[in-house]
Amino acid sequence: MESLLEIKDLKTRFHTEDGVVKAVNSVSYSMDPGEVLGVVGESGCGKSVHALSIMRLIQIPPGEIASGEIIFDGRDLLKLDKKEMRQVRGRDIAMVFQDPMSSLNPVYTVGFQIVEALKLHKKMKEKDARKRAEELLSLVGIPEARKRLDNFPHQFSGGMRQRAMIAMALSCEPKLLIADEPTTALDVTIQAQIIDLVVKLQEEMGMAVMWITHDLGIVAEMVHKINVMYAGYIVERGNVRDIFKNTRHPYTMGLLGSLPSIDEAPGTKLISIPGLPPDLIHLPQGCPFYARCVYREDHCREELPQLEETDNDEHFVRCWRWKEIKAEKV
Amino acid sequence: MTAKDSILVKVRNLKKYFPVHRGILFNRHVKDVKAVDDVSFDIYKGETLGLVGETGCGKTTVGRTILHIYQPTSGEILFDGIDLTTLQENELRRIRQRMQMIFQDPYASLNPRMTVGSIISAPLDVHTSMNRKEKRDRVQELLDIVGLNPDFVNRYPHEFSGGQRQRIGIARALAVNPDLVICDEPISSLDVSIQAQVVNLLEELQDQLGLTYLFIAHDLSMVRHISDRMVVMYLGKIMELADRDEIYKRPLHPYTRALLSAVPIPDPDKAAKRERIILEGDIPSPLNPPKGCNFNTRCPMAREKCFIEEPKVVEFEPGHFVACHYAGLPDE
Repeated sequence: MESLLEIKDLKTRFHTEDGVVKAVNSVSYSMDPGEVLGVVGESGCGKSVHALSIMRLIQIPPGEIASGEIIFDGRDLLKLDKKEMRQVRGRDIAMVFQDPMSSLNPVYTVGFQIVEALKLHKKMKEKDARKRAEELLSLVGIPEARKRLDNFPHQFSGGMRQRAMIAMALSCEPKLLIADEPTTALDVTIQAQIIDLVVKLQEEMGMAVMWITHDLGIVAEMVHKINVMYAGYIVERGNVRDIFKNTRHPYTMGLLGSLPSIDEAPGTKLISIPGLPPDLIHLPQGCPFYARCVYREDHCREELPQLEETDNDEHFVRCWRWKEIKAEKV
Repeated sequence: MTAKDSILVKVRNLKKYFPVHRGILFNRHVKDVKAVDDVSFDIYKGETLGLVGETGCGKTTVGRTILHIYQPTSGEILFDGIDLTTLQENELRRIRQRMQMIFQDPYASLNPRMTVGSIISAPLDVHTSMNRKEKRDRVQELLDIVGLNPDFVNRYPHEFSGGQRQRIGIARALAVNPDLVICDEPISSLDVSIQAQVVNLLEELQDQLGLTYLFIAHDLSMVRHISDRMVVMYLGKIMELADRDEIYKRPLHPYTRALLSAVPIPDPDKAAKRERIILEGDIPSPLNPPKGCNFNTRCPMAREKCFIEEPKVVEFEPGHFVACHYAGLPDE
């Protein structure tokens, strides 16, 4: 199958007064049409910046996409001019952000904002666009959609705003939906509603979804593949079961250990990862996880490990010692 | 387990209403936001009581009202047998030494113009008559307890990461040797790996110092991990209260069941197997709570009675309290 998105050696930098922030480092992977990919990592690991790079929403300067190719549907997005890129955004790739209040324009009605996208990308007439907008709002589960079109964003609750954002993102039937922590600001029951909605829509419309989050729990039940990122690198990548059951990277193990399990015995201690993530300006020469790793050796400090395929199918890990770690776990 | 015989905090029929005024000239009092409405529970010495609920359920208000940061509208709060609602300002200040709070936002709760040393010693200034040397020693001791380098006393909050700042907040809360620490979402703004560090620290400190925690959070999995007993709140009222394992194994209230099923499980096999209850709709505004049971707008098993009569909190089984007309019945 032809892949929908193929990223090769993507590097994104930010030039600041203190030095060059290496936000995304040699990220390469591909996504199939209809695939649901989870991108997991802590704040500052480059997961959002890498998505913004795909959308070419990095502000230049201070940002810079230093190298790489982003092949989407046969075209390198980094080679498109501004006008072509504007057509890709929204129509082919849509994005939903974490904070729905700041991504909706407060002075226009929700209906106006959805209709605008339809008129722009689908060249629809006002009347048809309005009808479609109403359909979209009811599709994402907003009751009394026709009335709600004339509401302003502040009249919506947090969950409804996020639904409206999803409706807007889906308005042009994108091939890829990038959801950047869309549920972080929401309550758990509303989060469950949104996840349920996206899974349902993904199955119906067959689009690919990239779900960016810091919560491994959320992605466990909805994605096919996971990229675990740390300090701008992909440190582990594989099918969802391999990431959870055949974990090979010490950082992923740490992330899993930090989560309390639902059936743990009383008095169980959480396994926390000691220390803090490295400063992205002064990245260490060797493995970026060296300082916090329990499996570290001298060699790890000197040389950066490459993303290497493990014994599992389509399972990659960036660690010198994954074989020994595997042997130890069995 | 903890000694269940001695009660540290006894909350009875606690109400906290925030008045809503309208108009500039007459400033009429039009209605109340019933943030906390008739809530009763106990906190035993040495235990961790988890308080969970969604935005606007009144969990933070309960915490703050116990400390008398807010004056309760009515009800009793007994701390070690003393009714806080009857105390004068200066008596209250003295007893507050025994109750401290850790806040949610480690950025907003530390004064950026004060050094770490002066932040942590602020409670010592108020509550003790220590001299400068004693205070300095105590601050360094506290920094050491919470796992920070004691040489950091002269640094400012911006030099620390979120997790480290939360440690500073914990050190400040511990400075005056409190009995009760109210933790108001202490980990929700932290990264996952750092959350585990802070939770482990809180547990260690509880063992060492015999602290009692009221742990407020919306993250059920973490609350289950740290708590001995749990309270579930919804729109200002208690829905269910029980031992944490009991609440997980046999949730009696449909809201608790929905909350539990909404918790993401970090295991693809288990996640695929379980049945999710997806609640419809949003949380109603606390300004216009529904008639009858608060939860009736979203409840999958609401019947006629639920729209007419408000359920009382009853002890369904020893130690397991629930407010539902149809408690224990399976979802439809």
